[in-house]
Amino acid sequence: MEKQVVFRSRWLPWALIAPQLLVISVFFFWPAAQALLQSAQQSDAFGTSVQWVGLENFHNLWNDASYLASFQTTAVFSLLVAGLGLGLSLLLAVFADRVVRGSGLYRTLLIWPYAVAPAVAGVLWLFLFSPSIGIVSYLLRQNGFAWDSLLNSNHAMALIVMAAVWKQISYNFLFFLAGLQSIPKSLVEAAAMDGARPWRRFWTIQFPLLSPTAFFLLVINIVYAFFDTFAIVDAATKGGPGKDTAILVYKAYFDGFKAMDLGGSAAQSVVLMVVVVALTVVQFRFVEKKVNY
Amino acid sequence: MHIHSIPIQTARRAFATLALATLSVCAQAQTEIQWWHSMTAVNGEWVNDLAREFNASQKDYKIVPTFKGSYDESMTAAVAAFRSGNAPHILQVFEVGTATMMASKNAIVPVGQVMKDAGQKFDPSAYVPAVAGYYTAPSGQMLSFPFNSSTTVFYYNKDAFKAAGLNPDKAPATWGDVTLAAATLKASGHKCPISIAWQGWTQLESFSAWHNVEFASKQNGLAGMDARLKMNSPLHVRHIENLANMAKQGLFVYKGRGNVPEASFVSGECAMMTTSSGFYGNVKKNAKFAYGLAPLPYYKDVPGAPQNTVIGGASLWVMAGKQPAEYQGIAKFFSFLSSPEVQSASHKRTGYLPITSAAFALTEKSGFYKENPGTDVAVNQMIRKVTDKSRGIRLGNYVQIRAIEDEELENVWAGKKSAKEALDAIVLRGDELLARFEKANAK
Repeated sequence: MEKQVVFRSRWLPWALIAPQLLVISVFFFWPAAQALLQSAQQSDAFGTSVQWVGLENFHNLWNDASYLASFQTTAVFSLLVAGLGLGLSLLLAVFADRVVRGSGLYRTLLIWPYAVAPAVAGVLWLFLFSPSIGIVSYLLRQNGFAWDSLLNSNHAMALIVMAAVWKQISYNFLFFLAGLQSIPKSLVEAAAMDGARPWRRFWTIQFPLLSPTAFFLLVINIVYAFFDTFAIVDAATKGGPGKDTAILVYKAYFDGFKAMDLGGSAAQSVVLMVVVVALTVVQFRFVEKKVNY
Repeated sequence: MHIHSIPIQTARRAFATLALATLSVCAQAQTEIQWWHSMTAVNGEWVNDLAREFNASQKDYKIVPTFKGSYDESMTAAVAAFRSGNAPHILQVFEVGTATMMASKNAIVPVGQVMKDAGQKFDPSAYVPAVAGYYTAPSGQMLSFPFNSSTTVFYYNKDAFKAAGLNPDKAPATWGDVTLAAATLKASGHKCPISIAWQGWTQLESFSAWHNVEFASKQNGLAGMDARLKMNSPLHVRHIENLANMAKQGLFVYKGRGNVPEASFVSGECAMMTTSSGFYGNVKKNAKFAYGLAPLPYYKDVPGAPQNTVIGGASLWVMAGKQPAEYQGIAKFFSFLSSPEVQSASHKRTGYLPITSAAFALTEKSGFYKENPGTDVAVNQMIRKVTDKSRGIRLGNYVQIRAIEDEELENVWAGKKSAKEALDAIVLRGDELLARFEKANAK
């Protein structure tokens, strides 16, 4: 089926996309160009002396074994965040969709965490799970589980994944719920009359019809895990123990804003940008084929 | 509509003129000097009181202190402000940022220069050598004004010592004593005999100076930017190995990076701790048990130990590109801050070191050290004849090197790396950063 709209006027389409282009130029293309420029420079902290160093910043990154290791950390983290984030919020949305009474309250409570800043989310979870003062870690230890997010890498990873997922669930939930509610009731009811049980109705009717939403959220969640989570890491683990939770964007943030190595940080941002663009292209080429619009 | 807008416009214009007039009157009467700092709670009140006192003492200048977040946050804020032309006049920078500030020659004005231009009396030799030396360029010019200087000391919980049958009036002096005390505490059921705050600063940097061994070449970076790390010597390996063994036996419990572990001493959870002398105010106010301060433990068999410990804390930097009258005011303010009376009062109030010898003498004369046992520990560790290996540590990309120290030490405590492997890794990764800093700042 052909879904294209043809404009007769030559300038109208341009005029219509102009506002969006303007926003993208100011908030994406310009900073991205700046990052590219700075990635080829080295300067002192105050920017009073700037040297052109070509690809040296990138060269330094490839020679840093810990930087290469953080690709793996980032992959694990992003998969966990996107997977758990999408799965849990879909589950919540399906249940919230069925609630008849008090649905407004449930929805409000589920949307709430989205208003919390990432750094605050990190601190909240740290307070719950800090080995010294955390309530949850105290309960865990009482029950014989030796929780130690300071020195156990798996525990530290679990901590930042929980915080990052919790923060993103609201956003996913909203879209899933809207998607579910836009599915015509008659389809589901017809299937029910044919004797399909809830589980089967979900997989054969609702989930396929949700696939555009799910695909959109997959892309958004991967981008979120790659770019927006540095504050959570900074507040909860500072990349430790060792470098085991130092995801790529955290190192870019640390080197740029704490250590003030702008050239090195810019080079990392460029690498990150390339990785995310590549991932997004892959998702559009391969995953999108399974989506029904 | 047009008719209405005219009187409104006139009124606006009149108001704007009035506002401008008021502003310029103020500006003529008083020169405002912006001071960005990172002092919180008790110490934040101290900074505000200093500004208030100075402002009340004269009419020409007004110091405006502004809290700009933690040390690294206020430095980042100042960098951004400098790039957009709105830098403050005075910026408080932590010792870790010293090499970065020194290298940014176009962004700062050396304090020695500011004082000379303003005709203020300024004698660098009045300052405690270990403090002044740290903020002085190889050329002998003092670059920043030492403000809140601290060093590393040892705290212990006297009640916990008593409960375990240890002598509460005798602090463990050597690492051997610490291990024995920790084992006794553990045997009596104590869950956290010792923890360590600022692990890189206390166990590697200050540890080196205390034992008179190099932390880095080129006098620990003071003599030039081509310094390289030396802290994987047999003595360093021995110490970290020792701590790793203590961690394995549950004698040393790791509580996190930076000053995070301090809370576990104040709460009584951990019985011993090495951390900053600036922690004293917090302990004094919040600890609900008898506590003691003691010098940092050392290894008895190391010749020359104990030497002296290294400086921490922060200093005040003067930013470039301001008006002559403003520099006059800054110089006057610094003269005010260096008077022995102000210095001594600050030292007693905060636990930071007195930075002039006169202030130390004045505090001693007042009988303060006798009334508050332990407060002189930090001073005595610092007021000594320093050696080239113990004068201080000043390295480029220091913030990142500190992070590397944290990361690799965590690998040791977690049992993933041996002491030797971790220290070698710090040297390898740190040297790369030092080489990069040297290159970026060679002009």
